[in-house]
Order: sequence, then C-alpha cells, then structure tokens
Amino acid sequence: MTNSLLKISNVDISLPEGSERLLAVENLCIDLAPGETLCIVGESGSGKSLTARALMGLLPAPHVKVTQGQIDFCGEDLTKVTERRLREIRGSEISMIFQEPMTALNPVMTIGGQIDEIFRYHVSMSAAERRERAIQLLDDVQLPDPAQIVNSYPHELSGGQRQRAMIAMALALEPKILIADEPTTALDVTTQAQILKLISDMQAVHQTGVLFITHDFGVVADIADRVAVMQYGHVVETGTVDKVLNNPEHPYTQALISSVPSLVPRSARARSEETVLEVKNVNKTFGGGSSFFKFGKPSRVVDAVKDVTIELRRGETLGVVGESGSGKSTLARCIVRLMDSDSGQIILNEVNICDLNRAEMRPWRAKIQMVFQDPFASLNPRVKIGQIIRQGPIIQGATQEEAEARTLELLEIVGLDERAFNRYPHEFSGGQRQRIGIARALALNPEILVADEPVSALDVSIQTQILSLLDEIRTKMNLSMVFITHDLRVAAQVCDRLAVMRYGEIVETGATADIFDGPQHSYTRDLLAAVPGQNWER
Amino acid sequence: MNRSNKILHYVARRLMQGIPIILAIVVMNFFLLNLAEGDAVDVLAGEAGSATPEYMEKMRAKFGLDQPLPVQLAVYLKNVVQLDLGYSFRHEMPVHELIFDRFWATLLLMTSTIILAVGFGILLGLFAAVNLNTWKDALISVFALITYATPLFWVGLMMIIVFSIKNDWFPTSGMENSAAFYEGFDRVKDIAHHLVLPTITLSLFYLALYTRMMRASMLEQYGQDYVVTARAKGLSERRITFVHVLRNALLPVVTMAGVQVGALIGGSVIVESVFAWPGLGMLAFESLFARDLNLLLGIFLLSSVLVVAVNLVVDVIYCFLDPRIEVN
Amino acid sequence: MNNFWKLFSRNRSAVLGLLILCLVIFVASIASLIYPGDPFLYSKYPLSKPGENGFLLGSDSIGRDVASGIAHGAKTSLLIGLIATFAAVLIGVIFGALAGYYGGLVDDVLMRVTEVFQTIPSFIFAILLVAIIKPSIESVVIAITVVSWPAVARLVRGEFLALKNREFVQACHTLGMSDYRIMLKEILPNCLSPIIVIGSLMVATAILIESGLAFLGLGDPNVMSWGFQISDGRSMLRVAWWICTFPGIAILITVLAINLVGEGLNDALNPRLRERN
Repeated sequence: MTNSLLKISNVDISLPEGSERLLAVENLCIDLAPGETLCIVGESGSGKSLTARALMGLLPAPHVKVTQGQIDFCGEDLTKVTERRLREIRGSEISMIFQEPMTALNPVMTIGGQIDEIFRYHVSMSAAERRERAIQLLDDVQLPDPAQIVNSYPHELSGGQRQRAMIAMALALEPKILIADEPTTALDVTTQAQILKLISDMQAVHQTGVLFITHDFGVVADIADRVAVMQYGHVVETGTVDKVLNNPEHPYTQALISSVPSLVPRSARARSEETVLEVKNVNKTFGGGSSFFKFGKPSRVVDAVKDVTIELRRGETLGVVGESGSGKSTLARCIVRLMDSDSGQIILNEVNICDLNRAEMRPWRAKIQMVFQDPFASLNPRVKIGQIIRQGPIIQGATQEEAEARTLELLEIVGLDERAFNRYPHEFSGGQRQRIGIARALALNPEILVADEPVSALDVSIQTQILSLLDEIRTKMNLSMVFITHDLRVAAQVCDRLAVMRYGEIVETGATADIFDGPQHSYTRDLLAAVPGQNWER
Repeated sequence: MNRSNKILHYVARRLMQGIPIILAIVVMNFFLLNLAEGDAVDVLAGEAGSATPEYMEKMRAKFGLDQPLPVQLAVYLKNVVQLDLGYSFRHEMPVHELIFDRFWATLLLMTSTIILAVGFGILLGLFAAVNLNTWKDALISVFALITYATPLFWVGLMMIIVFSIKNDWFPTSGMENSAAFYEGFDRVKDIAHHLVLPTITLSLFYLALYTRMMRASMLEQYGQDYVVTARAKGLSERRITFVHVLRNALLPVVTMAGVQVGALIGGSVIVESVFAWPGLGMLAFESLFARDLNLLLGIFLLSSVLVVAVNLVVDVIYCFLDPRIEVN
Repeated sequence: MNNFWKLFSRNRSAVLGLLILCLVIFVASIASLIYPGDPFLYSKYPLSKPGENGFLLGSDSIGRDVASGIAHGAKTSLLIGLIATFAAVLIGVIFGALAGYYGGLVDDVLMRVTEVFQTIPSFIFAILLVAIIKPSIESVVIAITVVSWPAVARLVRGEFLALKNREFVQACHTLGMSDYRIMLKEILPNCLSPIIVIGSLMVATAILIESGLAFLGLGDPNVMSWGFQISDGRSMLRVAWWICTFPGIAILITVLAINLVGEGLNDALNPRLRERN
C-alpha cells in the first residue's frame, strides 16, 4: 500500500426521485497518490462532476447524497466526519477549481478580498501578512501587476486571468489535493495550454495530487499519469495513461477514443475550378453610434470583421478557425445575410447578395443555408419537427404536399424515424436535434451550407456521427461548405482548406494539410502548438 | 479619472436625462388642462364663481387663449419655470406656496414609510430565506401574501377602529394636537405619536413587497456558482449568507425601491385622506372635491420631480454597491 | 394541457385561490338573482347590525343592504379589472413587441415613454384622468389601462429582445420568413407565460386601483362599488364598523385569490429546470 492520499471505495451517490436513474454514481473506486495527476474522463451524464463534489461534501443535499461507501483521505473517512471538520479541510487540505471562472467568483468582492477570506478562516495571520501573501500568490500564478489585481473585481479581468486567480485561491494553503472540474473547457486553446502548464508547475512544487475532470482526451494525453473512464455513473476502465489511451480494453473506452478526431489532416481532394462563393473585403463593426436620447454616451466600438476575403469552390469544405472573439461567427452571419455587413461584397452565382433588399433576397435564401451551434436553442420548442422542416419550402412557394414529402425524405436522409414529424424538440437528444437542424437547412436544396460550430456542443461520440452525416450529405448532394470551428482536430478531418482568423482578420489561408505541416503565420503556429495531445499517436 | 469623479459625472449626466422627462410631464400637464371641460381659465380659477370676472379677463389675456396652441404652451412653460403654478381661490394662496407649505408633512410620512418598509422588508426577507421552508418562513410568507392583497384605505380604517376607537392608544387623525400648543421636544413626541398609524398603514403593502423580493433574491443568489466556491473554501454558512449572498441579493431590491417611490406617493393620497394628515396627498384629495384642477396638476408635477430626484439618489447608491456598473 | 393542470394543482394555495375566485365570480354573476333590485335602495332599517332585520352583513346609515352592495360590487370590480387588464395587455404587447423586435427609433421612443410613465405616480395620474374625463365606468377603465400598459410593454420588449437573437429565430430569417410571421408565430408563443402571469397579477392591481378611486369619490356614481361602500361608511366608523369592514374583506379575499392564482400560474408555466441536462 503506497502512501495514497485518497482512496474512494464503493461509493454510491443517489439522485432525487423522478430522475432518469436511481444512482448518479455506482460502486465508485478511485485512488490518488501524492504528486500524481488522475484524469476522470466521461461524457455528459457520466457522473464525473458529482464525484468531484462528493469528495468535498458539496453535493446539493438533501436529495443528492452519498448513500454508501467510504472516502478515505489520509486516514479520515470524509463521508463520516463532522461538518466542522469538513469545513476545516475545504480550502486548506482539499481545494477545488471550477469550469466557469466568471460565475465562480463573487462579482461584488475584490480578488484580494476573496483570497483574504481563505487565510482568515484557516490560519491566523495579521492583515498585512495576509495581503502580502495574497500578492505573492497572484505573482506565483503569473498574473501581471499583482498589486493592482488584488484590488480589482472579477469582471475587470479576462477569462484566463480569472482562472489563474482561482488557481491562486485554491493553492493558497498548499492543499494536498486539487480537484479541477473542467477548468479549461471554457477557455481558448492557447489560454488552456497556459493554464495546464501552470497547474502542472504548481503541482510539482507542492507534490499536490490533482484530480482533473475533463471530456477532452487531448488534455488527458498531455497531463495525466493515470486515467479513469466513466460512463453512466460507473468507472468502466482505469489504468496508466499509456495503457488506457493506446490499449483500451473496455468497448466504451475504445469507442470514445476512436471518436477523437486525429490531428493528422485528411488528404486533399481534387479542387474544383468553379467558384460558388466569393467574399470580398467584407467589414463589420459594432457599436460606435450613440442614441439621441442617451446624450452622447457612445457604446464600445468593436471591429468584428476586418477586410475579409475568402473563396469557396464547388464541393469543397472551407474551414474558418479561430478562438473566441476572432469574428468567425460574425463572418458566418454576414455571409448568410443574417447581418448586414458594413462594406464589401458577397458574390453568389455572380450576383452580389449584399445589394439585394429583403424581398429580392428571399429566393436567394434557398441557395445558402445555415446549421447552428446550439441544438437546444436552434429549434422552436413550441413547434413540431415536421413544421420546423417544412416551413422553409412552404415559404419558398412549395405546396403542402410537396413540402411534406420533402420533409419525410429529409428525415430519412438524416437518419431519423418518420414519426419524428409529429414530435416536439424536447423529446429528442442533442445529437438528434442537430440532425433536425441539418434537415431544416437541407430542405431548400441549397448549394452552400454554412455550419457554425455544428458539433461544439455535442459529446465526442455523437460528434463523430454528426460529422460523418455531414460528410455523407456533402458527397451525395455535392454541397460546398463553410465550416466554422475552434477545434483544430475537427478542422483537420473535415476541411479541405482552412482560413485562420484572429481579431477579425484572416491571417492565413491554404490547404489544411499544408497549414498543418508548415504554418506560415506566427499566430497559426501558436494555435497549432497549443492543441493538447499532440504527442499522442491517434 | 478616479471613481468619485466618475460618479459626479454620472450624476450630472443622469440629471440631464431627467430634464426631458420633467419637460414631457409639464407638456402633458398642459394638454390635460386643455382636455378638461370648459375653458382652461375656468379650470384655473378653481371653483366656479370664486374668481372675479376681472381676474378671469386678466388670466385669459395672460394665457392668450385666443392664441394658437403652441404659443399657449410656451406661455405655460414659462410660467412653470418661474414657479408660477396659478392661484388657488379656495385656500387663497398661490399654488406653489400652498404646495411648499404641505410638502414637509408628506416628506415626513414618506421618509418614515420608506425606512420602515425597506428596512424591515429586507430584514424579514433575509430572515425568511435563512429559515427556508420552516414555519417561520411560512408565517412570513403568509403575512406578506395577505398584506399585499389589502387595500390601503381599508387597512387604515381598520387600524383606526382597533387602535384608536376600541383602544385609545393612538390618535385617529391629524398630525398634531394643535390645541395643546406643544413646544420643542414635546411637539416632536406628539407628531411622532400621530405618525405611527399612518406610517404603518402606508408601509404595510410595500413591506410585503420588499419582503418577498428580498426572499426571492436571496434564494436566487444561493443557487449561484460563487456560493459553491465559497463553500469549497471552507467558509461558514453564516459568512456565506451575510457577506457573500446578502450583498449580491440587495442589488435588485435597491433598484426596485427606487421604482416604487412613485407608487408610494400615490398611496400617500389615500393614507393622508384617511388620517387627515396635512400633506400633499390630503391637499390633492381636497382639490378633487374643490374641482381645483390646477392645484392637482401642481401636485402631480412636484411628485414627478420628487420621483426623479429619489431615483437619482437610488442610482448613486447602487453605483456604490455594485462595482460592475460602468460610470464613465 | 393536462401537464399544465398537473403542475398547477401541485400548488395547494393556487388551487385554493382558484376556488375562492370562482366563488367570487359566481356571486357576481348571480348578484341580480340573490339581491334583485337596486343596491342603492334605502330601507327603513338603518344601521342594523350584521344578522339584524334580515341583513346578513348589516345595513348602512340609510338602510342599504351591505351584503347586496358587496354582491353587486363584485360585478363592478371584476368587470373593470378584466376589461382594463385586457386592454392594457393588448396595447402593451403590441408596443413591446415592435420595440423589442425592431429596436432603433421605435425602441428609443417607447423606452422614453415608459420612463415617463414610470416617473409619474400612477395612482395620481389615474385620479387626474378620471377627474378630467368625469367619473364613469368608461373613464375608470381608461385610466387604469393608461397607467398599466407600460409595465406590460417593458416586459414584452425584454422578451422579444432576448428571443430575437435566439438561433431558432435566426433560422427563420435564413428561410426567408416575414417579420410579421416571425413575431406572431415564432416569438410570441414563447413569451406567453410571463405575459399571462403579469396579466393575472394586473387584474388584482386593477381592482385595487378601482376601489381606491371609488373610495376617493371618483367611481361611477351609478354603479355600486366596494370602494364606495367603504368611503360611505367612514363617517359611521365609531358606531357601525361593519359598513367599512365587510366590503374591505371582500376586496382582500378577491385580490388575494387572484394573486394566488397568478403565482400558481407562474410556477406551472415557467419551468425551473431547463431542458438540457
């Protein structure tokens, strides 16, 4: 028996009555040694988050609780200690960092105040000492100008900075265990790389055991010593990272890993000569105007899209990749004319659709359609599926019979049963809803499909299904696609060509394989270098 | 630019924004005046027959009632700016003097009401949220529910029956016992004694409102992520409630308090008329019967100005409470 | 629909409120049957105590039956409350939808207008309007409508503003759908719940305003109203407490019932848990 920090044995966590299953987590067995990083991987509904919370006694009582098992932490059973002892342990011996740093920090308290609390409640130090220590901590996590940050409020910091502050708080008292619940999921990939490095640096200094919850196998490949894979509340496989990632035994693990898109880009297909879409020098700026009634208080000016020029050939998939704030979503909406660009041209079949007014645009809408990101927000919850899909053709002039026939046809194409026609969106899962969204987009028989992060909100196993569906459809209908994404793995597998965006500008374009092999722009290089799991052979 | 300078600028800008609203209200006053039956001067002269024919001639000329409407409006605006709101024959005083006279009584009533309603409401709401789903919470919620449904004038009358008529604990009406000629501190005590029933009456409804708002706000904050973080840091429930949750929960309640001031002034009309409290509300009530529309409009204007002023104060307080507000 | 009733009936106080409300509506509708004749008719038995001389709830200074007044007054209050609320909601929805959806100048103008309405004390404004247009049922309804619609407009504007940028609405744009159809068929059905809730609570407020106006003597002089009964009984407060008390209880019960129903609707219509897991 090594000096194990943590040993979870046979833990069950119950759910409130009426939930989809009785136990959120069943028969959980996990252990953690000092200085070790254990990654818990799983998709949504696997129970990984609840596991993390159970450790610290943070389950939303009284309905969700540990009903069985022991959590042994350095000789103490955390399921049986007093509430007072639990409070002593929290923050000083076991700490936790969360996914959304904006909401995880109290918005009306300074960063310094929130760090100060931890000291006041666990150790006795004078006010001056506490402040000094707080500044030191912020410096340790490489925040610029710590003395200033100590007096700042959370909304004044960027996402990455907030997460660093959270890490500083979590490590303030040098805990034995750090639980990280998807701490980088909400961050850009470049920021993610920095935070991951920070955590591993801090870990090395204090020999902290890190329990890292994630759904991203790339991250696992980079930081884990050992891995535990969870499905529907059960740990289906554990082992060293090498074994689980390269020789998975359980079929679920195998399926998950094979769903992760490889970073090796697909080989280029032959490029057609025909250009279906040309975007020339498009600009879009937000804000700047001031309402007459507001007495001249101007809103912030944001240049979302700056002088963007791209070209789409028939049958090809052009990927637009970038981090949040790069303007890729705005560009997508300008192309589909959901937004009017300030200047520039968008040329379809030799017609500049920017010039068309609303009535003229209507017939052109059939040619270029959009697939949206959020499967839960992209379907009207009060309208049946059949209606959602067929209203497009009806608006464009089809008869009821024609529209209905087309709808049934499309349901088959996207792999849904025809009975879906009379059902409501809430009866379907995320992946199924995305299929419905695709069917809606295809209903008008478009030539061009603009997909705005169509798989970002889906679990990785569902992701593959949707991507292969899109691929199938694209080949069958000879569609040309503009594919917006922030995930370079997906881009590698799906896109023939890439356009890399940053701060509203295109910094590089080219064939996917070329860009991956030899990125020209420094930003592209940074982006590619930051993708987690590169050394893992998929 | 440091924060206090920013706040001064914000106040100045909000004042500027308040002016068009007051302007709009004045213009609305003018049109309401014209909507009323009869000549505007008939209305201005108050009770029919109280004004001498000469005075009415002078008024007609002054208002230029033969002039086109825009000119009339301009004249009216000019008068308002000069604080000339007309003359009340019933009281034999210029309107603005009359209003100024009665203003303090209403201010006293409103201030004590706000303190009681907001202060107590926040405390009760906090108490209910902390003792969630216990009998204490249920009791407070039932109390709030019933109080919220009771009409002000009825509560006032019931209070008089119970506390004044059946038990001689409080006076039935008025602001002070003028026959006693109290001086100094005795006078203050006397007024305070008279203040009790009207204040309780007026504040009950709003007390219920703030209690429910505060309770709901606390509950909403308890569900936020930063509360989980605070627990994960090992803080006690007490600290979490009073330092983290409370400060965030207060924000929407403070905003609401500003919005309700207008309603409070409206309520004072009823409460003052029930208790014969000599304030603006009572004046408004009297002017209704005297058909003194001009006086009523003057009160209307003043109360609107009051609402703008209070909203401004509330906004500034809010700026101090919420660091997220950009004051630049 | 079944689902809705199940959710609603889980809230016991809401069901209680609904029962009370039904009772009030019932009494109002049969008022002319159980108390035929003019409720203003005086009788030979002034100031009878409750239960005396055949007066269930007593009689006032000129012998009018308090109970009869309450029954007929119920009709008045409910009628005025419902009509005024309906009108206010209609106007509020139209303006709020246009402002929230189109933004720009329309929105700016609406925002300034509602700000003005938010500044002026609504009850005093209502008094002014009724005083100018001469007290009658119509003027009371108009006054209540005018002071109530801005709250609805603000709510609807907020909902439309939020929903207009939802992806399913944007998808409708890509299909070429007209604005009118989007507003009516896509957005409006999704914000019905808060509108229904605010509408139901507004009926209660309307009744309170109406009775307040009647108390101050601004009600329709030809129509019996609870507020009128209370103001009439004021002078008799010392000797005949029942004249003021019972009509007030009637108001209290009715408004309470409506509030309970409104809260029940709120719980039933607004799902606390979002759809995603």
